[in-house]
Amino acid sequence: MSSPAPTLPPRLEVSGLTVTFGGLTALDGVDLTVGAAAEAETVALIGPNGAGKTTVFNAVCGLVRPSTGSVLLDGLAAPTSPTRLLDRGLARTLQGLGLFTGLTVLENVLVPVAGAAGAAETAAAALARLDLQGDAATPVDALPYPVRKRVALARALVARPRLLLLDEPAGGLGSEDIAALAGVVRDVVADGCAVLLVEHHVDFVMDVADRVVVLDFGRVVASGTPDEVRADPAVEAAYLGLVAA
Amino acid sequence: MDRLVFLLATGLARGLVVALFALSLVIVWRAARLVNFAQAATATAAVFAAFAVTGATGSFWAGLAAALLAGAALSAAVERGLMRRVPQATPLPGMIVAIGLVMVLQSALGIAFGPRHRPMVAPFDERPLVVGGVPLLSPYDLFVLVVALAVVGLLAWLFNGTSLGLQLRASAAAPEVSRLLGVRVPRMVTLGWALSGAVAALAALLLVPTELGLNAHSADLLFVHAFTVAVLGGLDSPTGALVGGVAVGVLVSLVTGYLGAGVAPLAVLALLTLVLLVRPGGIFATTEVRTA
Ligand SMILES: Nc1ncnc2c1ncn2[C@@H]1O[C@H](COP(=O)(O)OP(=O)(O)OP(=O)(O)O)[C@@H](O)[C@H]1O
Ligand SMILES: [Mg+2]
Repeated sequence: MSSPAPTLPPRLEVSGLTVTFGGLTALDGVDLTVGAAAEAETVALIGPNGAGKTTVFNAVCGLVRPSTGSVLLDGLAAPTSPTRLLDRGLARTLQGLGLFTGLTVLENVLVPVAGAAGAAETAAAALARLDLQGDAATPVDALPYPVRKRVALARALVARPRLLLLDEPAGGLGSEDIAALAGVVRDVVADGCAVLLVEHHVDFVMDVADRVVVLDFGRVVASGTPDEVRADPAVEAAYLGLVAA
Repeated sequence: MDRLVFLLATGLARGLVVALFALSLVIVWRAARLVNFAQAATATAAVFAAFAVTGATGSFWAGLAAALLAGAALSAAVERGLMRRVPQATPLPGMIVAIGLVMVLQSALGIAFGPRHRPMVAPFDERPLVVGGVPLLSPYDLFVLVVALAVVGLLAWLFNGTSLGLQLRASAAAPEVSRLLGVRVPRMVTLGWALSGAVAALAALLLVPTELGLNAHSADLLFVHAFTVAVLGGLDSPTGALVGGVAVGVLVSLVTGYLGAGVAPLAVLALLTLVLLVRPGGIFATTEVRTA
């Protein structure tokens, strides 16, 4: 008898994560797994404003220090310095844009691969993937908001991450841009990159997510497939804030 | 007319040195959001190192290399040893520490070398060349002009044409975001200081032979002019530093030539006041945000 094949650790495994800011408990024992057995999938993290979604991202990225709990990337402790995230295959976008104003589209996208071999080709490919070739030399400040959102996405994708954290990628976009975004997310996952998505836009979430995790007041109140979560009464309660938002 | 041409030409050479020094202030400002009031003191210390090396080797060029190295090393040490430990939420603490550093450095230089101006010999003739009967630049002015333009070109290439420059600009624009994208921001800040220190030391060194000579306060007036220029052009704008430097150099040259040397500092201060009143952010401040 041959022994069973060893299972690979998940891309991201968050266990018992608790984060406090002074007296405020922003996260309270959050468990979350993305890309079990290193498979690519899309997990959506939803919840009302202030639920702690961005704080999960910040803790994963080493921007805030959890008081308890652990963050593992591919089974190993996440780096304590955000600078080393890309080396570990993790890229993220920021709520809002977080672009370098004053730099062109191409320059923005080049930063994560600066100094790497073949940076120019890699950046050109990332621009092409998001249909930004024509804007390469344009300063980002001169572009309309939906285009800037695409630049932020191209910059996150340029180093070919294996885990992508997207903080409200559909925020401020119209339905056409959201449909295009959904296409990009599916492509990214098809290429083998796992995606953790924070998003208020419910239709988009239900469209692209394989699993949904609902956060409320720093706690996971529900999780499952989009249909399961939609039917969950606990979500209904937390959702009131979401629908209003 | 001949005199005007002469004053314009020497003003241009002098102005480019001021522009270099102003560029060094812009580089630190962009890297650390701080006006480095200690720039003149560290640059002067670097020129003392150059003076010692030139004295020991007899070579101006060895001294020049020493000034660049000492300027870079001293500035990097100031950033690593001092500025990194200063609270950075507002620019004020850093500027106060820089001013304190000026006093320490200038006193130390004064104690070590005395108040006397040490003459520094220029590597080229300082008498103006006469072209078609009109006295123009001296060979040394020409040398200054070429070096300054070369350094400006080199800096432009470094910041706009290399991946290191891209990382320097990115970490200056948004340090937190840069860290998430793998840029080693603390290293970029130190590099910015080192680069700035080398450029300032070079500017001070270029100016010393044509001025009184070297003492602890040799670069003070250069700092005042360069600071005026940096404010004039906008602290964020290399283009502004360049254009402003030339403008101030020419202004000083013309005022000195026609009204006397005593009036020149007043003219610079008047210009500074005027710009602060009309455009507190600097003349090039807004356009540069889009083009930098
Ligand atoms: N750096 C911080 N310092 C203090 N409090 C913070 C900090 N970051 C977040 N918080 C607080 O933690 C809670 C969770 O914030 P977080 O930004 O994670 O919410 P969110 O779910 O991303 O909300 P939104 O949908 O509005 O983006 C909020 O009450 C917020 O005010
Ligand atoms: Mg958020």
